[in-house]
Amino acid sequence: MADSARTMTDWLGFLGNRRAAEPAPAAVTPDASTPEVSHPTKSLQKFLACLQAQDNPVLLDLGPVVGSNVTFFGEQLGCRIRVEDLASDIEAHLKKNTADQLPEFFARRFAEAPGSVDGILCWDVLDYLDRHAAQALATALTTLLRPDGALLGFFGTGETREPVYTKYVVVDPQHLRYKHYPASRPRQRALLTGDIIRMFKGMRVSDSFLMKSNVREMLFRKNPA
Amino acid sequence: LQGENVNIGKSVVIKGELSGSEDLTIEGNVEGRIELKENILTIGPNGKIRAEVFAKAVIVLGEVTGNVTASEKVDIRDNGSVDGDITSPRVAIAEGAHFRGSVDMQRGGGAKAAAKPAAAPAAAAAPAPAQKVGA
Repeated sequence: MADSARTMTDWLGFLGNRRAAEPAPAAVTPDASTPEVSHPTKSLQKFLACLQAQDNPVLLDLGPVVGSNVTFFGEQLGCRIRVEDLASDIEAHLKKNTADQLPEFFARRFAEAPGSVDGILCWDVLDYLDRHAAQALATALTTLLRPDGALLGFFGTGETREPVYTKYVVVDPQHLRYKHYPASRPRQRALLTGDIIRMFKGMRVSDSFLMKSNVREMLFRKNPA
Repeated sequence: LQGENVNIGKSVVIKGELSGSEDLTIEGNVEGRIELKENILTIGPNGKIRAEVFAKAVIVLGEVTGNVTASEKVDIRDNGSVDGDITSPRVAIAEGAHFRGSVDMQRGGGAKAAAKPAAAPAAAAAPAPAQKVGA
């Protein structure tokens, strides 16, 4: 059993590590005073396609509020968006020295009814959590999604000790701009693909892309009821 | 005259229901319900609202706690704050604004059908781009 699990994990890990063919990051503007660049994304368009099949989908965004993203998703999908900034929750717990309570916190964090959410923008929040808190959050998110609902998660693949969060600003369905802002602690660890898949029990990997920006983009779909 | 604008000053506190047919700027405190269905409501930088808000357009530079419904647009500008759910076909949230809640930008059937195939750049898909504010 353990052997078969490992084999599957290795195989999926191999899939996840395929580096997506993509152009090099392109400058958003030629203006040297604005050094931010946009990075290609392969998964966002697929995520949008999952939700466009729904009438007035419900979208949960776990990143900080980005006004242009709210406008983008609202206009693309005509959806109801709830923004739940989990980075600020993590920061609050770190400041109170209660990070060990994050698993219990995430278990009761969301007010939405189970199965009521069509799509979740998880971004890279799981990278900032320890194993128990990440598992608690993944379980809570899986519960929130309706059957066949979609979750978009980003996972750093390189070790980074820089204490920053990243705001993912949608430029268009193929490009994101990464905006960094200070965090109390860096990413906790680079998660292996197999660990990520195990965390989202009840979901299947629809697409996985390893981008040149060292971000693994994974699109999950919840299994049918 | 397009927009006779009424001001509620900094020192004014209102508890109850506020309704009218003129554009209104609030710099004071209002608790209860605000209804300006055909007009623009501006919450000034000093304004503090704990109310359900219904208006044609709502511009927030101060603080709002409560649900906001606008038939045209909601703008939360730099340093503006909304703690509540927003329902409006157009929403603009500036960088530096605070927002906690949900945004419901549901379109009518026709508009949605027209916009659906648009897995194209946002600018191309947007029937009417939200007003850029702040940043």
